[in-house]
Amino acid sequence: MRKSLIGITAVLLWLAVRPAISQQTPAAAPQFPAAYRPARMADGHPDLNGIWQAFVTANWDLQDHDAQAGPHPEIVGAYGAGPAGQSIVEGGEIPYKPEALARKRENFQNRARADVSKDKQWHNLGDPEMKCYMPGVPRANYMPFPFQIVQGSSSYLLMAYEFTSSTRIIRMNWKQEAPTPSWMGWSRGRWEGDTLVVDVTGQRQETWFDRAGDYHSEDLHVVERYTAVSPYHLMYEATIEDPQVYTRPWKISFPLYRRMEKNIQLLEFKCVPFTEELLYGTFSKQTGGAR
Amino acid sequence: MSRLLVILAALSISVASGQTPKPATPARPAVKQAAPATKPFTAPKTPWGDPDLQGVWNDATSTPLQRPNGKDKDILSDEEAADFQKDLEFQLSRDRRDGGPDVDVNRAYNEHWMDARRLKITEDRRTSLIVDPEDGRIPPTVPLSPEREKARAARNGANARFNAGLPENYRDFSLPVRCIIRTDSPPYLPTIYNNDFHIFQSPGYVVIAPEMIHSARIIPLDKRPHLNKNLKQWLGDTRGHWEGNTLVIETTNFRTDDGVIFQNASPDTYKIVERFTRVGPTQINYEFTVSDPMTWTKPWTARIPWNRIDPNEQMYEYGCHEDNYDEVHFLSGARSREKKGETK
Repeated sequence: MRKSLIGITAVLLWLAVRPAISQQTPAAAPQFPAAYRPARMADGHPDLNGIWQAFVTANWDLQDHDAQAGPHPEIVGAYGAGPAGQSIVEGGEIPYKPEALARKRENFQNRARADVSKDKQWHNLGDPEMKCYMPGVPRANYMPFPFQIVQGSSSYLLMAYEFTSSTRIIRMNWKQEAPTPSWMGWSRGRWEGDTLVVDVTGQRQETWFDRAGDYHSEDLHVVERYTAVSPYHLMYEATIEDPQVYTRPWKISFPLYRRMEKNIQLLEFKCVPFTEELLYGTFSKQTGGAR
Repeated sequence: MSRLLVILAALSISVASGQTPKPATPARPAVKQAAPATKPFTAPKTPWGDPDLQGVWNDATSTPLQRPNGKDKDILSDEEAADFQKDLEFQLSRDRRDGGPDVDVNRAYNEHWMDARRLKITEDRRTSLIVDPEDGRIPPTVPLSPEREKARAARNGANARFNAGLPENYRDFSLPVRCIIRTDSPPYLPTIYNNDFHIFQSPGYVVIAPEMIHSARIIPLDKRPHLNKNLKQWLGDTRGHWEGNTLVIETTNFRTDDGVIFQNASPDTYKIVERFTRVGPTQINYEFTVSDPMTWTKPWTARIPWNRIDPNEQMYEYGCHEDNYDEVHFLSGARSREKKGETK
């Protein structure tokens, strides 16, 4: 009798603590709250205002990558090294055409070189990030810098990025095509339910996706989807299409995190002065040394 | 180095520094400032209750910052204004074809590249953008400290090398030529092109995105303190609040580099307050007051109308550093001239 009472108590205790234990099992992946209803603007659309940042390592490589030394470990040691990371590409691999894959590898080999001595070959070498050029889309969204979405009551949204103070204007329900290619592209937005969908064309062919040399042509077409999944997270997805370079459209996705510091604000990362010696140093007057 | 490049270089510098100070003209009996045209206008509000400044605005005008010598009125009659505008348009035009081949080549950076709106004076027919002091001119400067004299002389030397077509290295270029900051830097002054400003608002923020350079000036309105003084920025750190329908912003934390602050005023004592007031469906009055007891004998204020651009126009991205071929051309030209033994 006494034994069975103890037994029943033990079973009840086990039942009581079981949910807590099962939540700690390694099988449970992080989850956003189900059926989250975001805060709204006056027009009824979700309020995406805030300062956001990605915490993936895709800026080093969109695909799986081990931790790696930077281009000049003999000078900067571990400072230039990149963290390991898992692919943010659906299915893991970017579907390059064979000749395009060769070009990507060549880009990587030349990622830390620059030669601006001839106008026509100005953009041939080096990761544009290293030269402090505007990063284009989607790269701007997963660089290790915050960006701010400014959503008001006009037909335009602004995305302001800390990296080289770049900006892009999202034109809502806009018909007109890109008048000319630009570094941050031509962004036209619309709402699909509670998701902000941004269609990006007209990007300069010179931008890269990462330091691994992943690239595109002037036919790049990116469709982005921003969905609030909690007060503190946006889920970001982008479908990337470029028939010159890839065999089929491909997709990336990752969460954007709201920066919660009370005093958070975008600071300046005006990187031009960090590139001038690299780009223009060889044209300096040599006698008497640099001033 | 071709003359054209020299002209371009000089042009870029003049864009950067605004007008150089000239000795103040003797004070004349001041004409009373006419009040801005007052039509009954109710400034629109955003859904969250702030005055609504959203849209794309353009500040181009031929009205000079400082009242030209020989003009003794602050407001002109219609007839005088027509003459003034015609004179200014003639002086500013680069397609005059009246100076012979050399002059013409120097004007090759011509009207095609320019904002045509810069050929019109302000609607209120003023002779200067400066509204205070009453003579319409930047107040006289005070004597500079020896360090600042030295810094100024160094900059003048760099400018002289540049204008002579013999820059020694990229540091001889001004910040605008280096595409670091241009007229996206306060106070906002009209220039030859890229005079658009796209204003965005969201609850708690006003954001000004100037066409020049592509930076965004994000202005928190929540009364938070400025950045700690240890942090310095090229465009400073801006905080704002509403006074009635007027957005009032103050900017601090400027870097100390040469050329960051207007006329190289002292970053320790320089103050700048800018005011934006919607005065009509298609106009904002932009007014700024700057002061620095280490630079000018008194504060001064300018007012510049910002006009809404035609809705069929758009503000496009301006890349600068990304294709800054000039910088290489200037330097390689200088090296090649040195090889040939040219020194001037």
